[in-house]
Amino acid sequence: MSLKIVVLAKQVPDTRNVGKDAMKADGTINRAALPAIFNPEDLNALEQALRLKDTHPGSTITLLTMGPGRAAEIIREGLYRGADNGYLLTDRAFAGADTLATSYALATAIRKIKDFDLIIGGRQAIDGDTAQVGPQVAEKLGLPQITYAEEIKSCENGVITILRHVDGGVETVQGKLPLVITVNGSASPCRPRNAKYVQKYKHAKTVTEKQQGNLDYEELYSKHDYLNLQEWSVADVNGDLEQCGLSGSPTKVKAVQNIVFQAKESKTLTATDRDVEDLIIELLDNHTIG
Amino acid sequence: MVKWQIIMNNIFVYCEIEDESKVADVSLELLTKGRSLANQLNCQLEAVVIGSNLDGAIPEVLSYGVDRLHVFDAPKLYPYTSLPHASILVNLFKQEKPQIALMGADVIGRDLGPRVSSALTSGLTADCTALEIGDHEDKKTGTVYKDLLYQIRPAFGGNIVATIVNPEHRPQMATVREGVMKKAIVNPNYKGEVIKHNVPDYVSETDYAVTVIERHLAKSKNNLKASPIVIAGGYGVGSKANFDLLFELAKELHAEVGASRAAVDAGFTSNDRQVGQTGLTVRPKLYIACGISGQIQHIAGMQESSMIISINNDPAAPINQIADYVVNGTVEEVVPKMIKYYKKNSK
Repeated sequence: MSLKIVVLAKQVPDTRNVGKDAMKADGTINRAALPAIFNPEDLNALEQALRLKDTHPGSTITLLTMGPGRAAEIIREGLYRGADNGYLLTDRAFAGADTLATSYALATAIRKIKDFDLIIGGRQAIDGDTAQVGPQVAEKLGLPQITYAEEIKSCENGVITILRHVDGGVETVQGKLPLVITVNGSASPCRPRNAKYVQKYKHAKTVTEKQQGNLDYEELYSKHDYLNLQEWSVADVNGDLEQCGLSGSPTKVKAVQNIVFQAKESKTLTATDRDVEDLIIELLDNHTIG
Repeated sequence: MVKWQIIMNNIFVYCEIEDESKVADVSLELLTKGRSLANQLNCQLEAVVIGSNLDGAIPEVLSYGVDRLHVFDAPKLYPYTSLPHASILVNLFKQEKPQIALMGADVIGRDLGPRVSSALTSGLTADCTALEIGDHEDKKTGTVYKDLLYQIRPAFGGNIVATIVNPEHRPQMATVREGVMKKAIVNPNYKGEVIKHNVPDYVSETDYAVTVIERHLAKSKNNLKASPIVIAGGYGVGSKANFDLLFELAKELHAEVGASRAAVDAGFTSNDRQVGQTGLTVRPKLYIACGISGQIQHIAGMQESSMIISINNDPAAPINQIADYVVNGTVEEVVPKMIKYYKKNSK
């Protein structure tokens, strides 16, 4: 049985490698100083989808992402690894969305994709760490959810078996398709780019990218439709503006602080034998260590 | 959109059931926080327990100052699966209209909370490190909202701290990690009302869409939460081999080894050792931070340590500001010396 799989992915600032220039003097984030990457757990999700495709010939993987124009980069990254096509939800009206408005937008796009057996995404994105979008998309589509997945064990006759993490252990669960799965970062890492697919898709572009870039490849796009990446606006997915972006977000950021620690009076030591030994003796004397 | 009156409505805490109808620590901690918020807002504290054979859990939950306890007891409600528990909360919340709903930020709470908040189109803030009550003025409309829940959490990978409010939608929902709040029994004989609900009124058969066919639960491999001394390593430790030095020192000092998120991401150690907002919160007598720069999301999990020693070759590392002792040097250099001089002087 072949499967139609939608993979949810997000382009995120690489918050793991925040240098000293990541914060501006006024306490706001210097986004330009942070590289944009494929959200790590979404790559774990993509790998689970690719494995299903390996074992279920004829399956297709559609990448769905929401973000600014440059987020098309991660659709290409997905194509280079074996995904079949992708959609970029991009519209000013989506901006400022909290998880609820994001889930609403993704759910409307999935309804437009319409034909799917499985939706797989990462458990959470590193810029927000909320883990909310997967379950909220499931709820909006009226589908069951299996979160914290470690491995898809099997998918036969419309029944999927999944090993997932729970607090203090693991469990194996079963459910009927269609459903939504979110995958942990501890699941198998994603396979690298495949040279054949890089060759095939390196010129895959959205309309916006084509307008910005040089036009030498115009002929390619009319010949090879798979190189035309689709961009969808709110109108394209029949979205309700009230439920998108800022206006669709019940949570508001009241304040953002760049924390200044209450500096303690600290004792500064060097790494010399004498300083380290003095420190150990002091800790022993005041019974901090035994 | 669901909008309902704020005033007079109560605070709800979802109590998670571990094996043998034991209530999870994180839920008891949230009951304690819920009790103090209820006192502040002059409303009642209500709790929800969902599972099977729950009678044993009732007195314990009430003792945390619960005024009304909603019990949903049916064989298929344990172990937890998403849809039945979500349906119960969604239907109960539509009926009771809580102003605030709290749950643990563990696997269950982070699976359940978003589903419930989506169904109610209410907002949800994950992994809060503090919850406070305060007013909020919408700068555009000039509308002032009284007594909102301030949901405070590090954001953006822990580089900033954000205060989130939820002015118009109810309930105001938040999840909190285990160990962030402190639990305290109000009165072992606290008199609360116990309401046993008829489960089929809340859950339909189709909600049992996912079944658990096998479970393996193991006791936690480490004792980080209770250890009086924690030696934690960050990205600056540099390698898995250097991380072993921390285990050597820990063995000498009878300490546990923790890690920053960066060290876990780099593969130096397993994620059950992660200290911080998205890991464990610890309050040891002594915290030795080795090669940890000190992002807010890490500080959130260890700032209440009684004494902090920072070993770092970057004198400007933010963690040095909250340290009692700063040792300027690399982990490779300093930790073996600590082991050596501990052995020499401890007898």
